[in-house]
Amino acid sequence: MQAAKMVITGPFSSGKTEFIGAVSEIDVVSTERKITSSAEQIKETTTVAMDFGRITVGDDLVLYLFGTPGQRRFDFMWDILSQGMLGFVVMVDSTKPETFREAKRILETFEGYASTPYVVAANKQDMEDAWEPEDLRIILRLRPEVKILPCVATDKETVKNVLLELLYSILEELDKEESAQHN
Amino acid sequence: MALKGNLRDFSTTQLLNLINLARKTGTLTIQSNGEVANMSFQEGKLIYAHLGAERENYLAQFLHNAGKLSKEQADIIETRVQGKSDKQIGRLLIQAGHVTQSDIIQSVRQNILNVVYKLFTWVEGLFRFEANQLPPPTLITIPIDLESVIMEGSRRLQEWEILQEELPDLDVSLRFTERPDARLRNINLTVEEWKVISLIDPRNSMRKIAQANNLSDFEIRRIIYGMLQAGLVTLVQQPAKPRQQPIQAGESPRRKRAKAAPPTESLATRRSMVERIMDRIRGL
Repeated sequence: MQAAKMVITGPFSSGKTEFIGAVSEIDVVSTERKITSSAEQIKETTTVAMDFGRITVGDDLVLYLFGTPGQRRFDFMWDILSQGMLGFVVMVDSTKPETFREAKRILETFEGYASTPYVVAANKQDMEDAWEPEDLRIILRLRPEVKILPCVATDKETVKNVLLELLYSILEELDKEESAQHN
Repeated sequence: MALKGNLRDFSTTQLLNLINLARKTGTLTIQSNGEVANMSFQEGKLIYAHLGAERENYLAQFLHNAGKLSKEQADIIETRVQGKSDKQIGRLLIQAGHVTQSDIIQSVRQNILNVVYKLFTWVEGLFRFEANQLPPPTLITIPIDLESVIMEGSRRLQEWEILQEELPDLDVSLRFTERPDARLRNINLTVEEWKVISLIDPRNSMRKIAQANNLSDFEIRRIIYGMLQAGLVTLVQQPAKPRQQPIQAGESPRRKRAKAAPPTESLATRRSMVERIMDRIRGL
């Protein structure tokens, strides 16, 4: 059985668990615990280890989706999770500008781990206070070739679109590798 | 959609850069420490800025601030021209020979810039950008390229950056210098400096002192830097906290990337795998 891996990362409470849950064929396996830090008590539980979702592609191929823990004190796990990934998605809560700097930090950290393609999902675009994806592009200083995609993590279609756009980016990367080999 | 947040998360520089790059039209309002500032933009150009309470007209004050009118002249004009707009006042002053059109343009421009440069030093405050909301047509607006404003504002921020460079880690604590010299005898401290002094203790980090006194990172750095320069306090070197090995200066991201597991499959195999995953996701 061949296994492919994608990592869903982003700041605390950016919607990673919901994102994986929207497309995973199994209930998302997550290790959630009561939140003890007062600074983080905007929801009752949070992912302290990682989320884990699965999409069976065929008898011989399965795609695993790994969600990273959002809190900074667990960032030692990011390196481990990023090993061997096809690509990664950076989730950003478009309604929480106070988390954009953290999103940028996470994005840069993952860029350092592996030269795999990634996309940015501008989550919660159904909310009134959501920043527009193109404004987020400027704030996050994304290069023009990096896709920033509108997303509602609880809406399966937008989640599918984010994953497909990431896969298109991976194909483009393979094209580049192929032409480099021929030259 | 809304463009709002806190200056804690986005500096004025970043906001102006966003407005410039996105060629936005509208008004940015920032509220901080009881002050309200408004900056208006058209197609990414700064056209107006105002700090403080809304007034009927501003021109006489602007001209006084720029040295074109005396305080008495400005006061007289303000009392005599109630109900008139800045544009009307400007025309009257030009006709009366008090100022030239160039004086007015320069004064308004200088006032706009003074307001914006002040905002560069604001480190906290709620901001909100209202698209397509512009100042009333009775006010005099001057289009100013944001690039030069951002550059000058950034230069003025150097003081802040120097402080951050001198005191990068707010988790370091302080103690009184062990050999205070004669310079300390005549030192004058502000109320805020006294509040900081009262908490100097090797057990208190600068961050804790700042929190206890409701001081921003900039303010605590400025106060501590002054005390360090005066020889009043010294930094307490703490044992290094266990932390993840940072990327060292000069270590390229590519080097780090080499640690990632190299793909073992051929390009064709990987392509086939990606295409199969795409088909599967489309079918979900």
